[in-house]
Amino acid sequence: MSNSQWPLWEVFIRSKQGLNHKHVGSLRAPDATLALENARDVYTRRSEGISIWVVESVQIHATDFDQSGSFFEPSDTKIYRHPTFYEVPDGVKHM
Amino acid sequence: MNEAALYEYVLRMSDDSLILGQRLGEWCGHGPILEEDIAMTNIALDLVGQAISLYDFAVLLEGKDRDHDQLAYLRYENEYKNLLLVEQPNGDFAMTMLRQFFFDAFRLPLFEFLEKSPVEQLAAIAQKSLKETRYHLKHSSEWVIRLGDGTEESHRRAQAAVDHLWRYTHELFYENQHDVELQENGLVPKLSDVQASWMITVQEVLKEATLAIPTNNWKFEGGREGRHSEHMGYILSELQYMQRAYPNMEW
Amino acid sequence: MTRADQERIFNEKIAKEIKIEPNDWMPEEYRQTLIRQISQHAHSEVVGMLPEGNWITRAPNLRRKAVLLAKVQDEAGHGLYLYSATETLGADREKTIDDLHSGKAKYSSIFNYPALTWADIGAIGWLVDGAAIMNQVALCRTSYGPYARAMVKICKEESFHQRQGYESLMKLCKGTPQQKAMAQDALNRFWWPALMMFGPNDAESTHSDQSIAWKIKRFTNDELRQSFVDATVPQAEILGLVIPDENLKWNEERGHYDFSEINWDEFWQVVKGNGPCNKERLAARVKAKEDGLWVREAANAFAKKRSMKKSA
Repeated sequence: MSNSQWPLWEVFIRSKQGLNHKHVGSLRAPDATLALENARDVYTRRSEGISIWVVESVQIHATDFDQSGSFFEPSDTKIYRHPTFYEVPDGVKHM
Repeated sequence: MNEAALYEYVLRMSDDSLILGQRLGEWCGHGPILEEDIAMTNIALDLVGQAISLYDFAVLLEGKDRDHDQLAYLRYENEYKNLLLVEQPNGDFAMTMLRQFFFDAFRLPLFEFLEKSPVEQLAAIAQKSLKETRYHLKHSSEWVIRLGDGTEESHRRAQAAVDHLWRYTHELFYENQHDVELQENGLVPKLSDVQASWMITVQEVLKEATLAIPTNNWKFEGGREGRHSEHMGYILSELQYMQRAYPNMEW
Repeated sequence: MTRADQERIFNEKIAKEIKIEPNDWMPEEYRQTLIRQISQHAHSEVVGMLPEGNWITRAPNLRRKAVLLAKVQDEAGHGLYLYSATETLGADREKTIDDLHSGKAKYSSIFNYPALTWADIGAIGWLVDGAAIMNQVALCRTSYGPYARAMVKICKEESFHQRQGYESLMKLCKGTPQQKAMAQDALNRFWWPALMMFGPNDAESTHSDQSIAWKIKRFTNDELRQSFVDATVPQAEILGLVIPDENLKWNEERGHYDFSEINWDEFWQVVKGNGPCNKERLAARVKAKEDGLWVREAANAFAKKRSMKKSA
């Protein structure tokens, strides 16, 4: 990184009370304070948010594409974790 | 109510917002980084919005059936009452941010007081503008601190901006007979109170920015009385270009 | 996982309309094509700020000034969303921008035409944003996830851009004869460059086939150009303006408007850097970057000092 390039930050926005913060994109900023201000100006120009998180992109750890099979497929066969796996007689309510 | 005095008071605020918004608009597309381009445009948009609300109120006070565009676009240079500070050229980014900072640090306490003004329209405009201005001051302060305490070069540039602009900051607290009248009737805040608050902000931020407050207190004034710097004519020739070249048309 | 497996999974996803995401394996050429296309798109947004930005200080009234500021600001935002999408592909923004400044990367040639009158601002909104939207709506379904998401956001925001341009021209067309002439003149100058925005004819377009196969592009240049002409002609009629093309005629059989061949010599000359404003546009961007260098360095230096203070 050259002296003049700012680090990359990922931006997460809560659009309204009761919802999760959701990833909306990234931006460049020299530090967390300006990253928040930049995120406000870049990603909430049309009242899209009420709360912002910023995380330096290098701090994010992600699952590996090559391992996605071993990470996620085993749960595909555990269908008993879903309510539709079980049969309940028609008359039973509130379940 | 002291309508003539109030008209002049509101007009000054409108002109300050308009001319500073005009200056910031010049940056659009030329900022030091895309993110900052967007930030400066946001501030410019807030200022143009404030100018519209304030001119609308000025129009009412004037009672001559003009609209906000006629006030904004069709006066002669000496009828504009904005501060010399806001008409100063953008210069480098340090000059722009310091100009913004000195102005925001003045506008914030002014709006805080005006929010409580018995003049309803003014209180309403102040209330809306207050949130915007609080953000502007935060943004300009953050930058003043980063430039002042950044690199040798940025410190030198920021200090040069402080030294150059300081002479125009005295005019923030300019008063004439009209102001005294309005203050005595409790319609607008005492400028000495605004000044005290301004000074605290300036001292705190410049200290954190490792920037020195100039000792030369020579005052430049004139904008409030319609005597401007040479820059003003050029600002108006761009601002008014369409209205002057194509009179009486709607856009 | 073998390379063949990776490629098979990738192709299956493309076939099933499953988006490709940053961490997924992708062919290097797919990655490079995306970086080229998205960064070109980002550069276009940013260079596109210049011709309109020139008019902010001269906007004829306060409402128009605010609208123009908001619009040009959106373009900066859109440039940023798009750079952000290229960075998910491992392209560094600074390097991407250096490629623009060195002339290696391109941007939309339309911005090499000057904005001479206030009517041009309306024409840019109506025609240039209108043409861009044709492209962008199609790109909302592009196969690369971050690009598609950026396009969805951009399309939502852009919807006001074209409308404000059209509204502004409508005002001129209902105004004085002088204003209407100004609007006609703007249409005369921007019509052909707007049609050129869709790029070369399909037969000449070097990257088209592969991009369509990868579902990066969903429609060909000529298809999009035709949609644009079909949509725009009736809009011009409502304005009472004449599109500067003698051969423009509704073709009942095709169900489309026929129109003249574009002046491709001009197209290629402008692409190669010989348009009326190529040099000025690039010079402005280079200057902004160079003048901002000390600012960006200062902020980095400050951040470093503060984090050292914290950890000390």
